Amino acid sequence: MKIIDILTQPWPWYVSGPLIGLIVPSLLLIGNKQFGVSSTMKDICAICIPNRVAFFKYDLKEQWWNLIFVLGVVIGAFVVGQTIQNPNLIQISINTVDDLKLLGITSYQGMIPGEIFNWANISSGRGFLFMIVGGFLVGFGVRYAGGCTSGHAIMGLSQGSLGSLISVIGFFAGGLIMTHLLFPLIFNL
Amino acid sequence: MKYFYFLLTGIYFGILLIKSEVVSWFRIQEMFRFQSFHMYGILGSAVLTGALSIWLIRKLNIKTIQKEGVIIKEKPLNRVSNFAGGLIFGLGWALTGACPGPLYALIGNGHLVILIVLLSAITGTFVYGLLSEKLPH
Repeated sequence: MKIIDILTQPWPWYVSGPLIGLIVPSLLLIGNKQFGVSSTMKDICAICIPNRVAFFKYDLKEQWWNLIFVLGVVIGAFVVGQTIQNPNLIQISINTVDDLKLLGITSYQGMIPGEIFNWANISSGRGFLFMIVGGFLVGFGVRYAGGCTSGHAIMGLSQGSLGSLISVIGFFAGGLIMTHLLFPLIFNL
Repeated sequence: MKYFYFLLTGIYFGILLIKSEVVSWFRIQEMFRFQSFHMYGILGSAVLTGALSIWLIRKLNIKTIQKEGVIIKEKPLNRVSNFAGGLIFGLGWALTGACPGPLYALIGNGHLVILIVLLSAITGTFVYGLLSEKLPH
């Protein structure tokens, strides 16, 4: 099998997981920075609405590195899209496919279900819930918890932080409640 | 120069987020339904690698590229907000199928409609900032 074919396929967890973990020492060794993406959303607030709200009054100079880091994330994802994107439909567990079919999700084109996430859907009840309400809960929740999957789950657990462990338990509690208790109600609307 | 390295590390993360399919709404559903090991394998092995790296940095007293000692700030422990905020984020994570890193990556990967989700998330962070002093922590 040619190298390009291996790169184009989805990368297995035992390759991508450790490679993601290496971001922790990389950021520490480049400049004593701790991995965590969600604080960039706070920085964007601080840039847009300076000096109005106490929570957003801080020295942005210490944060530029992270905004540059997420600019890199956008570029990296774009480059994959132009080069080694997997051209095939995503292969997920057949059980998940069956469960999602009951909810009316049958399109596996791309990374997200086009039946929910599309521009025309934003004003519909379901689209509004998944995109607008969902996004709001992500942004509000991460700041209240003090971090997201990268900051708490990967960096926080790596450094043995108890607060991060409590947060990660919260992440999964919320996700399980939404998936198992609320999705059946939402999709019956 | 330091900023160039941060940019490169970001590009590296962006490539991994897409190639590992962590950014996929479908993968997040599979995770919350316990129907595949994929996401657990990624998170678990990433944490193991991160923890091992930190242990090595401390053990061997490895310095940063500016020859400074590595300082890892303790994360504050706020039991109430850690759990309550985590719970709120978790509800949103299952809806959007994306945490903040994947939001940026999906936009870069051409899913421009996710710009709306990111804008809404930034609004959520802003509203938290307005209310933070009134919320229990």
